[in-house]
Amino acid sequence: MHIVILGNGVAGITAARFIRKQSSHRITVISAETEHFFSRTALMYVYMGHMRYEDIKPYEDWFWKKNRIDLQRAYVERIDFETKALFTKEGHNIRYDKLLLATGSATNKFGWPGQQLAGVRGLYSYPDLEYMEQHSQGLQRAVIVGGGLIGIEMAEMFCSRRIPVTFLVREQSYWDMVLPPEESAMASRHIREHGVDLRLATELKEIVDDGTGRACAVTTSHGERIECGYVGLTAGVHPNIGFLKNTALETDRGILVDSFLQTNIPDVYAAGDCVQLREPPPGRRAVEAVWYVARMMGETVACNICGRQLAYDPGIWFNSAKFFDIEYQVYGDVRAQLPEHQASLYWEHPEGRKSIRLVYDKSKGHILGFNLMGVRYRQEVCEKWIREQAHIEAVLQNLDLANFDPEFNETCEAEVVALYNRQTGQGLQLMQGRSPEAVGRFLKGLVF
Amino acid sequence: MKLSNISFSLANPHPRQLDGIQKLGLGLAALSLLLLIVALLGISLPSGGLTLAVAMGLLLAGMLIYARRTYLKGPAGIKNNGVWFSTLTNGGLWGWVFGIFITGFYVLLYFFPATLGLGADGAPNTGLVALFGPLSRLLKGQPASQWFMYGVLYTVAILVMGAKFAYKYRHNRYQLIRTGSVVFFQTAFAFLIPELMEGLNSNLAARWFDKDMKNMWPLDYDFFDKWHIDNMLNGGSIGLFMFVLGLLMIFVISPFLTYRYGKRWYCSWVCGCGGLAETAGDPFRQLSDKSLAAWRLERWIIHSVLLLSVVMTIAVVYSYLGVGPGKYYLTRRSFTWIIVGLMVGAGLVLVVLQRRYQRLRRNMVYIMSGLGALIAVVILINHFSGERDILFVKAASLRSFYGFYIGAIFSGVIGVGFYPLFGSRVWCRFGCPMAALLGIQQRLFSRFRITTNGGQCISCGNCSTYCEMGIDVRWYAQRGQDVIRASCVGCGICSAVCPRGVLRLENSSVEIAEPTSFIDFQR
Ligand SMILES: Cc1cc2nc3c(=O)[nH]c(=O)nc-3n(C[C@H](O)[C@H](O)[C@H](O)COP(=O)(O)OP(=O)(O)OC[C@H]3O[C@@H](n4cnc5c(N)ncnc54)[C@H](O)[C@@H]3O)c2cc1C
Ligand code: SF4
Ligand code: SF4
Repeated sequence: MHIVILGNGVAGITAARFIRKQSSHRITVISAETEHFFSRTALMYVYMGHMRYEDIKPYEDWFWKKNRIDLQRAYVERIDFETKALFTKEGHNIRYDKLLLATGSATNKFGWPGQQLAGVRGLYSYPDLEYMEQHSQGLQRAVIVGGGLIGIEMAEMFCSRRIPVTFLVREQSYWDMVLPPEESAMASRHIREHGVDLRLATELKEIVDDGTGRACAVTTSHGERIECGYVGLTAGVHPNIGFLKNTALETDRGILVDSFLQTNIPDVYAAGDCVQLREPPPGRRAVEAVWYVARMMGETVACNICGRQLAYDPGIWFNSAKFFDIEYQVYGDVRAQLPEHQASLYWEHPEGRKSIRLVYDKSKGHILGFNLMGVRYRQEVCEKWIREQAHIEAVLQNLDLANFDPEFNETCEAEVVALYNRQTGQGLQLMQGRSPEAVGRFLKGLVF
Repeated sequence: MKLSNISFSLANPHPRQLDGIQKLGLGLAALSLLLLIVALLGISLPSGGLTLAVAMGLLLAGMLIYARRTYLKGPAGIKNNGVWFSTLTNGGLWGWVFGIFITGFYVLLYFFPATLGLGADGAPNTGLVALFGPLSRLLKGQPASQWFMYGVLYTVAILVMGAKFAYKYRHNRYQLIRTGSVVFFQTAFAFLIPELMEGLNSNLAARWFDKDMKNMWPLDYDFFDKWHIDNMLNGGSIGLFMFVLGLLMIFVISPFLTYRYGKRWYCSWVCGCGGLAETAGDPFRQLSDKSLAAWRLERWIIHSVLLLSVVMTIAVVYSYLGVGPGKYYLTRRSFTWIIVGLMVGAGLVLVVLQRRYQRLRRNMVYIMSGLGALIAVVILINHFSGERDILFVKAASLRSFYGFYIGAIFSGVIGVGFYPLFGSRVWCRFGCPMAALLGIQQRLFSRFRITTNGGQCISCGNCSTYCEMGIDVRWYAQRGQDVIRASCVGCGICSAVCPRGVLRLENSSVEIAEPTSFIDFQR
């Protein structure tokens, strides 16, 4: 059987690896962007000089041949689902028995005047990075439009080259549609601490042409004009399915799939950013463009392609990011606006660069989620508490078990407990002694 | 406009050049280097220790000013911007220049000390070595040797670069404490105490302590040399104590500490080579080769060196043991059979243990071949050795071969000189027999490991890139597997640079990490 995978991102490559683990089918991975799989999340580090391109490739180049995964660099223009063939721009056609679509995302553009000018671009692909690099020479100021995770990464990238940045964010505070107010304020403060000119509640009106087809300035919703040599568009991404529209394949925002990641067409599957789940699991969104989801989908779809029926079950939501120097982790249900039935315990370090937030059910006291800034918590422990609906007070007393900061680092769990005691008049004690053994016992279910 | 939108940073917040304070710091350090060069050229400088104090003071002050300014200017965090753009740190032109400079210095130091000013046959020192005379006389009442000069420079380098490292990682206590520890061990046990003791006991011939007191066999490869054993045995109760302590360190204390904490207790907390690599070598850590091919090569080379050093030591001991009972209680025969007995005993214990420990079981073939090879060598030595020569070569020449190629060329010239080309741990990774021995212990039975945090890895590669030992940490992290590698020195940098908080160094044998593989943890 010939399995063709379109897209060599984490979804496609994970699927290829797991198909190889389970079978000896012929596997071909087609992608236009780069010859080899690289970590998209690490693009910023190449620009900042932390790593070279070859360092962000998770597998050495011999890996593919050794595992009999054929790589083809080509752009697929059209797919004929009837005859099971892909047609490339270069004029070849490739036949498949089973097809996996893992085409990822593309940058959102909202029809801003001037968005087609030179010096205006999103950051998603390797060519995007090269474009940004070419335009960085002698750049006097960059404007970034859109306050999400890629926007802040781009701000950090320019800062690393000492290029002044103006960061236009539509919201009242950075990423406040996802982060609760305190965390969002902390991130905003930190962005400014790095010298970024952060403009909140400000939208892009227009990108100004310098007369030669290049961007030279933007105007904002406040009517202000900001001179700049580069405009980074980072107002989100959408599934990259343009070339699949108006075919037999059912799509909406993304490629529609069932819980086995199968599309409406037999033998055609989809995974990763390009997917829209027909029935997302409770508490999850239909389109989730994150690395972890793409990886989990890749593993699931590999099973299904190999004939082992496995429903996609992403488990408890988690994500992480880094806002300049502040690491961010989230486990479970943490919303920007606290719903009526939820309560939250928020502790912040006096220096304002670390915080711990526990979200729990107001009436029953079940733990629902963890939101962490500048503190590392262990995923397995948080997940277990959430899954088993542990009581907030039980969690607090054992909070040490979750801490994953490097050895000797200052721990703040006692202060979180003290804060809870102050707020509720309880007298909880933190059980000290977070040893790995204790964590192991806890995970094996030997503690409460 | 809202108040929160007023920006104070419309002027470029990141001036491109070094600022005045950074320049001042670098200028002072350069001045100090200039003084050293002037001294080297033999131009006479005011002595009495003033010049030396000024030179070292300028270096310390300059680098401190520079590092403070560089790292305290902005918020604490990972500071790797532009590492791969600078030709000093990306293996480019300035890296080569610096590498050749350091290599050249080592060649002069080891093989042509006279050019550095060492007086031949009791003649007074000149040049650079003479510059260090006053301090040497102060500490031990003797003129400086090239090794004394080297010791001072080495210690100052660890101090200065250690301070820079501490500023760089000021948000990470593990790094601060660990760096404090290497600086302390270098200054006290490898420099001050041995030098002072040499002053108290100036009879070189009777020395029973090592120049670097925290060294142990096999890194301290002359521990079992005749003169050293003799001096310890004749060195009164302290000498005897050092002898017993040395043996205990090798066979009991060090394996125990490695069992508890991993080889990091030595390699990145105590060792001087490690100390230099972690401080002065830190800017070059990313240059280590991460490929599978390099890992293969590493295992061949480092274990060969270990085998060579064991054979060399056995041969050396054998060469001074008599046929009949003498002053060492041991004869050649009994020595041979003790070694064989030890090996067989160790083999048996491991055979029993392997049933319980998967890690042992998987490596049984290598362990048994290693033990077998050693037994064969010892028996061969016993059969084919004459009065002087061991296995047809002189033990002394085996010893000097080892001392020259491994002790000097590999650990010194290549080990440090090649920092800017192959990364800071070339010696520790490829050549150090101590690292090999501790590594085997770590791989087989230590509780130390790096655990991974669930499925949080984004395969970015920061951990692998900044691992000085060339371990492809990402390979493990992205599949949620604990990192248990013989070569890991527990520096903790992979954990520090990980942008997603995936890695943590732990001392524990419990399996915490579930494999990230989604299929395996379907619930
Ligand atoms: C800068 C940046 C930072 C990010 N950081 C994070 C993070 O920290 N954490 C996180 O969880 N997520 C992050 N993400 C999101 C994450 O990278 C994506 O969710 C993930 O890479 C999606 O993987 P994928 O395999 O679905 O698609 P992709 O990685 O996009 O792979 C799709 C591939 O298919 C190719 N392709 C598409 N159509 C065709 C065609 N017609 N012919 C040929 N080839 C085609 C594309 O060129 C591309 O190479 C980040 C994304 C970006 C851009
Ligand atoms: S694996 Fe991590 S702790 Fe071990 S040597 Fe490499 S960087 Fe240091
Ligand atoms: S462990 Fe951390 S540093 Fe290493 S690849 Fe994963 S996310 Fe990157």
